Amino acid sequence: MISINHYLILSAMLFAIGLFGVIRRKNLLMLFFATEIMLNSVNIALAAISYFTHDLTGQIFAFFIIAIAASEVAVGLGFLILMYKRMGSLDLDNLQIMKG
Amino acid sequence: MEKLLYITLFAPLVGSIFAALFGGCKKNILAGIVPSALLFIGTIAALIQLSAVLDGQVISATMFEWIASGNFRVDFGFAADQISVVMMCVVTIVSTLVHVYSIGYMSHDEGFNRFFSYLSLFVFSMLVLVMSDNFLGLFIGWEGVGLCSWLLIGFWYKKPFATWAANEAFIMNRVADLGMLVGIFIIFWQTGSLKYTEVFALVKSIDPAILSLAAVFLFIGAMGKSAQFPFHTWLADAMEGPTPVSALIHAATMVTAGVYLVVRSHELFALTPDVSFFIACLGTFVAAFAATMGLVNRDLKRIVAYSTLSQLGYMFVAAGLGAYWVALFHLMTHAFFKALLFLGAGNVMHAMHDELDIKKMGGLYKPMRGTAIMMIVASVALAGIYPLAGFFSKDKILEVAFGTHHYILWAMLLITAVLTAFYSFRLIMLVFFGRENYKEHFPSLHPHEAYWYMLAAMSPLAVLAVIAGFFEHSLTALLEKAMPIFHPHMSTDTVMMLIAVTTVAVVCSISFTLYKYNKGGFSAELENTFLYKLFYNQYYIPEFYNRFLVIPYTKLSEFAWKKVDLKIIDFVVDTIALVIYKSGEKSRHIQSGNLSGMLRWMVFGLLILIIFAALYSPIK
Repeated sequence: MISINHYLILSAMLFAIGLFGVIRRKNLLMLFFATEIMLNSVNIALAAISYFTHDLTGQIFAFFIIAIAASEVAVGLGFLILMYKRMGSLDLDNLQIMKG
Repeated sequence: MEKLLYITLFAPLVGSIFAALFGGCKKNILAGIVPSALLFIGTIAALIQLSAVLDGQVISATMFEWIASGNFRVDFGFAADQISVVMMCVVTIVSTLVHVYSIGYMSHDEGFNRFFSYLSLFVFSMLVLVMSDNFLGLFIGWEGVGLCSWLLIGFWYKKPFATWAANEAFIMNRVADLGMLVGIFIIFWQTGSLKYTEVFALVKSIDPAILSLAAVFLFIGAMGKSAQFPFHTWLADAMEGPTPVSALIHAATMVTAGVYLVVRSHELFALTPDVSFFIACLGTFVAAFAATMGLVNRDLKRIVAYSTLSQLGYMFVAAGLGAYWVALFHLMTHAFFKALLFLGAGNVMHAMHDELDIKKMGGLYKPMRGTAIMMIVASVALAGIYPLAGFFSKDKILEVAFGTHHYILWAMLLITAVLTAFYSFRLIMLVFFGRENYKEHFPSLHPHEAYWYMLAAMSPLAVLAVIAGFFEHSLTALLEKAMPIFHPHMSTDTVMMLIAVTTVAVVCSISFTLYKYNKGGFSAELENTFLYKLFYNQYYIPEFYNRFLVIPYTKLSEFAWKKVDLKIIDFVVDTIALVIYKSGEKSRHIQSGNLSGMLRWMVFGLLILIIFAALYSPIK
């Protein structure tokens, strides 16, 4: 039997993978992927809790997050393309223009 | 009538603000003329008020409620009663004339506009002091004249000694003002009011011991302002200021504020005979003490300053012996002839290009006849020869001392009168007659008379120095409405005899002086005697103050600065700044501009927050 804990552990693992990616990756595109993984881990948790508590609010939340994430990715990828044209690279170590 | 009071009070303030508008500009003759004209209007208003209060009426005006806090209530009120109106007239008349004189005297000075702004501000402060109907207003005026005195002594602020003298005057007055403030506190504590009429109605019911204390503290304030011993050193040093300032502030008006305070509070001092007797003794002492210093000094203005000090002593004797009207009378006559003497000294200084040593002058009568005649008139008035002003007021003081059986005081004052005659005529002889010493010292100098309007401004003072003595009866008629008029009980013969003794002594002294200096003066050997050195060095009192007060205080300040301030306070403050600065310098590297580095820091912070949330979470 699959219980809520299985879903939550999956969600936590996905979140940890996403966070690791955010920290380790140097490519800006990969950073985007990692944040998407983190967003979706949260979606899994919301949908699962919603299912087990018989409350639809969580699933509606998940829908909203998917919609917003889609538009965010659309805008973000646009920026990335522009940035690549300007800088010629998406490596974070080469993108230090605000050094304190 | 209230309007006249306001005109007298605020005309100088308007003049001061007007002159101040030109403060940063080049010399503008308007900055001198407008304040003088305004003061003249104020003088006329004061004279009209004088005629109004003759019948015993008091003009009073309350501008607004000044302070109201619990039981403490003070109105911003002014009153022209019989005592203050005399002062108002003296102050406005002398200051108008000095203003006109200054237009000529300061005509080549860079700070012409600034000078008139300060001078008018002084007159305003003095009028606040005189016209206020409560002790607090008096104190405000008291501090105001102190400030203006400081500004004007240090007017030529590029001269180091001028700024030093200004600070000396200000600091010494501050010490005395503390005493005065304590006196005012005691009065409020005992009577619950600061208004003269209310306070003096209640003084009889106060415990005599506390009343004496109040009188003592008030008199300490008066001692500072009137430069009585031991606060006297500032007055001679104050002569560093421009000469019109010496005439107006340090002879005619401000220094007499102490006498005015005692006369104003005569109801209080009349109930404290011990304090009053002390005032009389101190006055006698200062009169003689200052006269001896005047005997030998060589500085033209300092001699006149010591003479002022000596005459202030006379006024305090009269006030201390209960003859308050005589004190006010001598204050009035002294204001006229002493201002005249100073303005004459100013003319001499101009002619001699600011040389002050009278031994380097001589024979100035020919080129400066007008000044010489007026200074001789003033000196005769100061010496007290009939029928000039000084005769009436000074003889009255001697009569009072004799009539109240204070024979020692009388004898001292008589000797002082002899000394006064000597030093006044020594000055006249050395400056205007005898050998023309300036020709040796300054071969290219051609002394010239002052502008005609400077002499014109002096002439009313000369007239007043001659005739002011005849106002005696009108003054008593005026003042008897405000205070008991004290007359010593003596037969006419005794009075005549006293007058004869004084006059003979003074005339002998003058003749001796004239004879001696005609013959060429005293031999130089006299300068080596002990007494000469003692007098010339002002009894070594400035030296004493310097060695036992100024130098230890400077050392203490140095210690506090170098050890306490720099090593402790500054160190603590600097350390705090240094810690913040260093930590900022160290943590600057976090802001590398590298996004993944910053994200790592963010995650690190997030983890810490989660740990905290877990540790301190209310849900367990």
